Amino acid sequence: MATREAILEKIQGRFADRVTAQDNKDLATILVTPENLVEVARYFRDEPELACDLLLDLCGVDYPGRSLRFETVTHLYSTKKNHRVRVKVRLPEENPHQPTLSQIWPAVDWFERECFDLMGIRFDGHRNLKRILCHDGFQGHALRKDYDAGQRWQCVPGNIQVPEQILGQGEIRDHFETQVLNLGPSHPATHGTLRIVVRLDGEIIVGSECEIGYLHRCFEKMSEAHFYNQVIPYTDRLNYCSPMLNGIGYARAVEEMIGADVPLRARRIRVILGELSRIMDHMVCIGTNLVDIGALTNFWYFFQPREEIYGVLEACCGSRLTNSYVRIGGLSADVPKNFVEEVRKLLVSIPKHIDDVDRLITQNKIFKSRTVGVGKATAEQAVAWGFTGPCLRASGVPFDVRKASPYDGYDQFDWDVPYATDGDTYSRYLVRMEEMRQSLKIIKQALGDLPPGPVITGDWRVALPPKERVYNEMEPLIWHFKLIYEGIKVPAGEHYSMSEGGNGELGFYIVSDGSGHPHRIKVRPPCFPLFQAFPALANGAMVSDAIAILGSLNIIAGELDR
Amino acid sequence: MPIRVTAHETAADKTGFPGILKGLGTTIRHLLHNITHLKDLPTILYPEQRRNYSERFRGRHVLKVRDDGTLKCVACFMCQTACPANCIDIVAGEHPNIAYEKHPSQFNIDMLRCVFCGYCVDACPKDAIIMTRDYEMAMFSRGESSYSIEDLRQRLPLRQIDLGYRPYYGENPTKMDSLPYAGKDAGTKAAG
Repeated sequence: MATREAILEKIQGRFADRVTAQDNKDLATILVTPENLVEVARYFRDEPELACDLLLDLCGVDYPGRSLRFETVTHLYSTKKNHRVRVKVRLPEENPHQPTLSQIWPAVDWFERECFDLMGIRFDGHRNLKRILCHDGFQGHALRKDYDAGQRWQCVPGNIQVPEQILGQGEIRDHFETQVLNLGPSHPATHGTLRIVVRLDGEIIVGSECEIGYLHRCFEKMSEAHFYNQVIPYTDRLNYCSPMLNGIGYARAVEEMIGADVPLRARRIRVILGELSRIMDHMVCIGTNLVDIGALTNFWYFFQPREEIYGVLEACCGSRLTNSYVRIGGLSADVPKNFVEEVRKLLVSIPKHIDDVDRLITQNKIFKSRTVGVGKATAEQAVAWGFTGPCLRASGVPFDVRKASPYDGYDQFDWDVPYATDGDTYSRYLVRMEEMRQSLKIIKQALGDLPPGPVITGDWRVALPPKERVYNEMEPLIWHFKLIYEGIKVPAGEHYSMSEGGNGELGFYIVSDGSGHPHRIKVRPPCFPLFQAFPALANGAMVSDAIAILGSLNIIAGELDR
Repeated sequence: MPIRVTAHETAADKTGFPGILKGLGTTIRHLLHNITHLKDLPTILYPEQRRNYSERFRGRHVLKVRDDGTLKCVACFMCQTACPANCIDIVAGEHPNIAYEKHPSQFNIDMLRCVFCGYCVDACPKDAIIMTRDYEMAMFSRGESSYSIEDLRQRLPLRQIDLGYRPYYGENPTKMDSLPYAGKDAGTKAAG
């Protein structure tokens, strides 16, 4: 792992004054001009000491009033060296454009499309620079600061996007004509609103294209209009299979920016409930994946423990799915008194259900013939496509944010990162099964080490003062009013914070201008690059295989479209 | 330490029979267990049976009243400001009783916009808005979704209300100490 200074020194030694190092505390940050971008990017990927092989995120930020108004921010990670780099490019207001990076990291494709769609930055040389989250009839670029969030652009039949790449090629193979089939946007196997257009040669998929954005709810634009605390209910709706994990990821990002002191008890509870959410996420993924390929029973076996976990979450925060339990600086309330016993009961009951599914499925010949070797991604491919989480680990790269850059005390627990080497649908199933067992192991240790004490920081600039004092004393009441009317004042700056979500690295890139509202929040949704690679995984497979692959990638539309 | 996961396939497994027999054994075991333990079935026959939610459940709101029947709310706009969904709409007015000074002449919550996050309850400095465990709010038209003061006003003594999410403070923390976990057959209480 190269330190921040070492990375900056290395890159400046090579490019001298063609790059500018920025003084950021979280990551090594390089400012590049568009002309030098490709060369610098290639150096980052190919230089053995830097080896930034995984592109995590690319987004645009609007700074009205600056002479170079736009900024694109790219976050890179090295799976070999375990370090992170941020590369920024400043672009003018008139015709902002920069060269595409898709020759270097294929994963950047959709991120660039998103940046074009929402910020209006063009990427020269991009193969398919179209809108991705908004529909084709949309006017303007929604994340620009001068775009009024109240505008409505109705999607009329004329401006529904046509997947040209698939429809355009009317080739004939053998003596049969190929035909086009729509999977989705409302298809039982997509478990969300995703559209996949496939071109079929008989039963074989010869080409496919994904279309997303059906569940776009303007999370990022809405965040800019709200106070930092008010974003938390929105995060529950990102990955709705494991809502706690999103809230934890977001709260951590803001806490790191303001340097809030989160009590140990709150951290431990976050770990416990977060890992329970991860188990739920994997259960839904495996369960629905199995339903899609014809094994319904497992779904029921997994839904029972899921209900029990929901019961615990509901008892802690008052809602089963839309938790909103996390607050910046801790948690909204302490857990109930019988929390530990109830979670211990879960620790006994969940493994039974996992074992049931294990017995039913793992050595089942039908399941194996449906999944082994299907949807293969090698380690190099997976990294190039920007995979993280169970899908990357199934391809043989044991990268887990909880191990690579531990947070919330994950390094104090004894657990392992499971990985497989085949990279097929079956491996992804195996990895998820083992991850659930590892999560149980973490929960057990965290429960044994649950200290007493407060669950939220005592800093009234960050967290609301205790209620009994608000009702009876003047000063807490003033702080209470100030916090609600002005929000949490986050120091100006930018910060990227990552945590391990259900599907992989969930990143929050927050730019603050020092006010109570975020200037820009960019979510790095783990599903986004996963779904992007779907055509490559599905081409050459049967339609029924495509369904199996789609389920094993665990695409959650809420997180994909935000 | 990363651990590599593999499925150990024995020679017998290759034939496919052990896997199928093990699977059949599992389902038959579940079937027999369910038949002999009909009372422990995990499913709920809603609406005859109801899930027992905790006392932190975030359901329909109630505006608390003072002993003389006036609203405790002082129209400070805290809940409206804290609401992430912008579903609360307050119009402040002068209270006829000079001792109370200010009160809401209108207090509307749009239940279709509300995300039931409980931020209004957290924000209230007067303990005037709380939530109940009532979650059945189906309506026939959008117009009915906007609840006015009269829909929200507390009508029964607190102990008769099916209380949900509310500030936890003071010497008598009621049942919030130890929450019931999701199960069946919650006691039915009036909601409102």
